[in-house]
Amino acid sequence: MPSLSSLTAAELAAQIASGQISSRQATQACLDAIDKLNPHLNAYNSVFHDRSLKQADTADAARKNGKTGLLNGVPIAIKDNMCSSFGRTTCSSKILQNFHAPYNATVVEKLEAAGAVILGKTNLDEFAMGSSTENSAFGPAKNPWNTSCVPGGSSGGAASACAARLGFGGLGSDTGGSIRQPASLCGIVGLKPTYGLVSRYGLVAFASSLDQIGPMTRSVEDAALFLQVIAGHDPHDSTSWPAPVPDYLTTLKSPIKPGLRIGLPKEFFDVEGSEPEVKAAVLKALDWYKSQDATLVDISLPYTQYGIAAYYIIAPAEASSNLARFDGIHYGHRTPKPQDLIDLYAASRGEGFGPEVKRRIMLGTYALSSEYDDRYYLMALKVRSLIKQDFDNAFQLCDLIAGPTSPTVAFPFGSKSDNLLAMYLCDVFTVTCNIAGIPAISLPCGLSSSNLPIGLQLLGPTFSEPLLLQTAHHYESAHNWVTRKPSVCA
Amino acid sequence: MPSSSPSTNAVDYKVLIGMEIHVQLATRTKMFSSVANGAHPDHSNAPPNTLVDPVILGLPGSLPIMNKRAVEMAMMVGMALGCEIPSFTKWDRKSYFYPDLPKNYQISQYDLPLCAQGAIEIPLADGKYKKVRIRRAHLEEDAGKLLHDGGESFSQVDLNRAGVPLLEVVTEPDLSSPEEARIFGEELRRICRYLGASQGIMQLGHMRFEPNINLHISANGQTWKTSISELKNLNSFRSVERACAYEIQRQLAEWHANGAANQPIPKKVAKFTRGWDDDKNVSVVQRSKEDAEDYRYFPDPDLVPVTVSDEWRNEVRKYVVELPIQRRQRYEKQLGLTAKESMVLVEERQNAELFEAALAADGGGNGGKNGGGASPRRLTNILLGIASKTANERGALLPDLGIPAATYAKLAKLADDGTISASAASSVFEALLADPAGDPKTIAQTKGLILVRDTATTEKWVDEALAANPNAVDSYKNNPKKKQASLGFLRGAVMKASGGKADPKLVGDLLEKKLNA
Repeated sequence: MPSLSSLTAAELAAQIASGQISSRQATQACLDAIDKLNPHLNAYNSVFHDRSLKQADTADAARKNGKTGLLNGVPIAIKDNMCSSFGRTTCSSKILQNFHAPYNATVVEKLEAAGAVILGKTNLDEFAMGSSTENSAFGPAKNPWNTSCVPGGSSGGAASACAARLGFGGLGSDTGGSIRQPASLCGIVGLKPTYGLVSRYGLVAFASSLDQIGPMTRSVEDAALFLQVIAGHDPHDSTSWPAPVPDYLTTLKSPIKPGLRIGLPKEFFDVEGSEPEVKAAVLKALDWYKSQDATLVDISLPYTQYGIAAYYIIAPAEASSNLARFDGIHYGHRTPKPQDLIDLYAASRGEGFGPEVKRRIMLGTYALSSEYDDRYYLMALKVRSLIKQDFDNAFQLCDLIAGPTSPTVAFPFGSKSDNLLAMYLCDVFTVTCNIAGIPAISLPCGLSSSNLPIGLQLLGPTFSEPLLLQTAHHYESAHNWVTRKPSVCA
Repeated sequence: MPSSSPSTNAVDYKVLIGMEIHVQLATRTKMFSSVANGAHPDHSNAPPNTLVDPVILGLPGSLPIMNKRAVEMAMMVGMALGCEIPSFTKWDRKSYFYPDLPKNYQISQYDLPLCAQGAIEIPLADGKYKKVRIRRAHLEEDAGKLLHDGGESFSQVDLNRAGVPLLEVVTEPDLSSPEEARIFGEELRRICRYLGASQGIMQLGHMRFEPNINLHISANGQTWKTSISELKNLNSFRSVERACAYEIQRQLAEWHANGAANQPIPKKVAKFTRGWDDDKNVSVVQRSKEDAEDYRYFPDPDLVPVTVSDEWRNEVRKYVVELPIQRRQRYEKQLGLTAKESMVLVEERQNAELFEAALAADGGGNGGKNGGGASPRRLTNILLGIASKTANERGALLPDLGIPAATYAKLAKLADDGTISASAASSVFEALLADPAGDPKTIAQTKGLILVRDTATTEKWVDEALAANPNAVDSYKNNPKKKQASLGFLRGAVMKASGGKADPKLVGDLLEKKLNA
């Protein structure tokens, strides 16, 4: 019998359901691992020892009564930008350091209704702005494969925790790659669903038109399982899609779609700064699909080159507005001795926000100002529709698009923090999905010579999650990446 | 540059006023949240900060949900104002920092308002009507309220008002006097109240006014346009009128004082925001439009745009009832009421509805000009006379008196038919106040108010009166100057002898017959 830490969430759920193991045992094991490793990894901002054990007992009792949800008793984590009525919701920012939300995000409600045990809340770049978690006000999370390297970001804590077996996966949020890039860098599976598939209610907004919550898990099946639980229309979110949720778990295991066409955009493969090892591993994974009778199609997404530029207008513009509410008046950090109202605003925000958040607020404020909005914000919206068109055209030629998730493997702390453009380019393959609202999944497809994970990204048309998950699942089953553990777990 | 310095003598000037009016809509719940709305009568007394939830508090992660009913109410008002309701509208964020605005942006509508391009007629004091064009009407959320009770050290915030649906109606500068500005406000209030869109209670802040004023001054064959003042903080019709009047005089005085420095027709008329101080009766400059804030409008990504289908538009239009002005014009043209009478009757919808119901009711008559019903004239006299007097004393509306519309019809019909006298109608009304379920005719009978129209009986009363007043009879016959006065005196004496039961017409006929015999 494999050790507990080798199980996926789906396997653990099955064992709990069959009574082979109790949720309390699994939860206690996770808490022990967290106590041991979190001081080194800084993956969790907060851990709910007592509460999670109580939830575990509830789950064990529910099993005995035969009333169980899909994730009954499975200990998991949520990113610390999702509101929970228990514990703090900090967004890894000083401005919300002691903020206790009075309500649960819809995803938290859904997870708990499905019986999940919430171990704690994971570290992130402040307000999800970043690609390395170096922007966390509480110190960066570390990559369990090499603790001198970043775990990626912004959901770096979630990726680190999942990869290091400090929980059986969890939820991240993805505005420009914040689920997929850390998943890739930490060797786990990360799914950014179609915009509108998962409710954003209770997710502290970074860029509302781009943000989407999604699973970060050990396996593709786990991603399907988590998605099954959290997807669906929410009356509290006008942008959530009012349609029934497909059965991801059943379609996952159907055979690879006959005649599957996978598009390879040249813009995803020949990019300056891309690591050859990454390209090689991704091409090798695509060769496997070819061996399974899939057709590889050369395509082009010409507006990809404008993706980063458009993203760094739209996201900061929305962020500048979304983060205006953190002003020291109603909640959050307030400067101790303000001179007057303006000083209260300026000093509270000045003290509460970190440099990257301030930078993006200023960028966005400028981009929306009446003198410049036609040159920046309105122009970016035009690019946005062109990028959407790019994908529409591409999906005439192929069913899915493939490429690397990140141009590089995990990089050492500090190596990009002085070069913002290099940091922003981490998102070059991921932002266009958010801009177009389409889903994409990152799954492990190799290890670099320095033993760092490489991620394959598959992109599909809106609401193509069943096909994405199924296609990813078959690759995963035919390879053994899931069973590889990072050094820190040894 | 002007060729000569502006005259300090009397000048001709034209007043241009455009109104921006905010109306709180009386929906059950707020604009973007399911929490109760303080502008709804059920929740007007809520203690501070009780009408709140994560959305109203602007908590992280909360999301707005559009209140469809508020959109429909706004559409109704827009339709009543003759506006188009475009098929596409959206929500925009208007950004500014203020402690009464928890998100530090207001959800509003920027370039594509829900209602556009309308016009209404307003009733002027001289009985004429004036057309006022409506530029737009859009929906937004109200802000909270700051309370400065803490002295210098702190202020308190009440967020009950935050998120209340607010309809902002903007007119073209078609109003040309403070009085017209007030009348427009009053007419909009009537419309909103008729449609049930707002209670329009000024004391509760249901309506707030921002007139934009400037003058076109003509002197020495030239025209000058003064800077536009936007007046803030106006919460009553009285202050609208006073503030506009003050501002006209202030602008005139400023123009005279500036003399040759006045620019004739600047390329772009400057705009200043001035706050009205209701206690001191002055307006104070707050800021010029040049250093106005940049609101950084952009479409709210948390809300989806609104598509208005023909079907929806037509469904909403069904609820746009006959408007006060249409009703007034109908009363004047079809029922022969005076402008004043129709104005008073129509002012409160419930009063007008009672009038309509009484008009339509069977008064128990036997046909004739008004069929079984009462005459509009008599009903108007009763409703605007003793009934209104009583209602006003009680601070109530006519329906609150509890007397059914059909009872008014019966009462009026009794007077129409001459079954009772006009003064007896008042006595019957008094009895009905105590017993609203009573029947007017039964009451009149019980109280002995039914007029006696029997000639023999009436003749007896006439003879008694003549016998008792020989001097009056003498004056009638021999003093032409006192002839009419004597007749009146004798008529009164007969009525007195009859205990008020004699039919005045029959009395008059018999008196003249006997005196002239």
